[in-house]
Amino acid sequence: MSSIIFVLLVVFGTAFFAWNVWKIRCNISLGRKLDRSDRAGDRWKTMLLVAFGQKKMFARPIPALLHLAIYVAFVITQIELIEIIADGISGGHRTFREALGGFYTFMISFIEVLSVLALIATFAFLARRNMLTIPRFKMDELKGWPKNDANLILLMEIVLVTCIFTMNGADEAILNLTSNESYSFAVSQYVGPLFFGSITSESTLHVLEQIGWWGHIIMVFAFLNYLPYSKHFHILLAFPNTYYSNLENKGKFTNMESVTNEVKLMLDPTADPFAVPAESTIEPQRFGAKDVTDLTWKNLLDAYTCTECGRCTSSCPANLTGKKLSPRKIMMDTRDRLTEVGDNQRKHGKEYTDGKSLLGDYITEEEIWACTSCNACVQECPVNIDPLAIIVDLRRYLVMEESKIPTELTGMLTNIENNGAPWQFSPSDRLNWATED
Amino acid sequence: MNLVVPTMAEMMAKGESPDVLFWVGCSGSFDDRAKKITKAVVKILSHCNVKFAVLGTEESCSGDPAKRAGNEFTFQMQAMMNIQVLNGYEIKRIVTACPHCFNTLKNEYPELGGNYEVIHHTQLIQDLINTGKLALEGGEAFKGKKITFHDPCYLGRANDVYEAPRALIEKLDAELVEMKRCKTNGLCCGAGGAQMFKEAEKGNKEINVERTEDALETSADIIATGCPFCNTMMTDGVKNFNKESEIEVLDVAELIANAVDL
Repeated sequence: MSSIIFVLLVVFGTAFFAWNVWKIRCNISLGRKLDRSDRAGDRWKTMLLVAFGQKKMFARPIPALLHLAIYVAFVITQIELIEIIADGISGGHRTFREALGGFYTFMISFIEVLSVLALIATFAFLARRNMLTIPRFKMDELKGWPKNDANLILLMEIVLVTCIFTMNGADEAILNLTSNESYSFAVSQYVGPLFFGSITSESTLHVLEQIGWWGHIIMVFAFLNYLPYSKHFHILLAFPNTYYSNLENKGKFTNMESVTNEVKLMLDPTADPFAVPAESTIEPQRFGAKDVTDLTWKNLLDAYTCTECGRCTSSCPANLTGKKLSPRKIMMDTRDRLTEVGDNQRKHGKEYTDGKSLLGDYITEEEIWACTSCNACVQECPVNIDPLAIIVDLRRYLVMEESKIPTELTGMLTNIENNGAPWQFSPSDRLNWATED
Repeated sequence: MNLVVPTMAEMMAKGESPDVLFWVGCSGSFDDRAKKITKAVVKILSHCNVKFAVLGTEESCSGDPAKRAGNEFTFQMQAMMNIQVLNGYEIKRIVTACPHCFNTLKNEYPELGGNYEVIHHTQLIQDLINTGKLALEGGEAFKGKKITFHDPCYLGRANDVYEAPRALIEKLDAELVEMKRCKTNGLCCGAGGAQMFKEAEKGNKEINVERTEDALETSADIIATGCPFCNTMMTDGVKNFNKESEIEVLDVAELIANAVDL
């Protein structure tokens, strides 16, 4: 009976997760094409260092160590999950123990120690978010759901770890009670007797052990299925996102090929201005981005990968000096709008428009004009998200499609076009410095 | 001292070609403060007998502020006209004292047909010292002075050049002190992304003031930088605190030119 319930839990838990992942995948593929299939070696290296190795986290060592504890515990605990699944299907108990012997004791002990570290880190993170006043956790864009989301994830982690120790602790107490022996697991050999040592009924202990076991596996699937609705999806997307990182110099902005063709035509003295334009093979595209579907798939993957840590915003010169721009909000807005567009398309068909757009309804012009393009946000992001790329594409749309641009910049552009300099100087005076005193 | 500044047109007429083209940039050509940096670079190049030339009136804006402001048309028009000139003169190597020109020419011109080896002036000067063409010994101009270096975003984060300017400062008989935010973590001066040419959005502080506070905290005598726009912003920041008499804002090229007594 319990085996059947278990198998159903695994099947439905996995299927529902897969369905949500598929939806996100569809949403990301609403983005424009971008080729990131080159330099596989460099990409693997970036992924190993930045995602697997957490390299960029260590720019801030204390949160990096706390985060590392949770990360390593999470990864290593998956090993125990294999046994839980084997036990659940077979109806057995600690299926691998006999075969692995001393190594089994070592593995479970290792998991237990990491779980304790993760628990400490989780409490530290809860305190940091709710009791300390760290500016990046107190900003407007985190009010409401994002704050609850963050706390919920941390609470789920506490429940998970509690279940592990209830399971192993009760198991230890049973063994103590029935045969005076011990599993000798690093933590539960003490935690078990401490919490459950006074219980003399073996069946009560069995119930407790089962609560821990089922609680653990149910939490695992609850957590897994919560991920696609949460900022916490970064634990999976950090890997593809860093793999598909921009490997060019950060100062290089993308070249707009559609513009190149037109400019070449303008500069070509042999071009016939009255000629019928050749049938273009590329479908006409908007210049820059007004909505999420004008962004590249990598911009959209970035948005789903963002875990709202706010390191970008806390290093943004515009934000530090009180401007409205927050790179984190740019990413959150992009994800929220993309979810909306994706849901709309699934509900009402591909051609449906709701009259809203990323620029205007989510991100204001004031925000994007505050950017100095300094790349601090890009540098800071621990999972190589590029908020600047989105800001630039929004500017391009405003300037080239809507001619909306701060007046002083119109002057600057006119000067460049007429005088070859952003100021009103005559090009013939360009070498005057050489002869001036 | 009279500067000898050969143009590409003159050089071409003589049937010669330079080892390096000095791309002066708009700021270096027209801004009174930045012109001094330009002259310092020329003095160093001449002193080391580097065969260089400028485009002079044939140079035009690299297009950087247009591209950062979102106007790709104006950018590409500028870029392609410049590339025509540069390719016409068969330029292979370019040095510039402006990180914005440096970044644009280095990273954004290749896709439009302009392929050159582009270096920042601090990299060229470092090279001149390393190859023994420039000697800094005996320079006491900065003895006992504290110098802090402000990383221009388009040199540092944008192109990962952090060491060349610092290596030069360390060659002077001075103490290099770092601001709390430096190198990859450096704070922008507030001029990039076409902000130089517009008023800042509404906020509670100017970015250059925030950055100048970092510099003042180091109690340095000199703020060194490698960008004419950073220079303007930091100079304004220092004025904001009425500290002009206590702290100077200088380009690394000016430091070197002073140290060699050019």
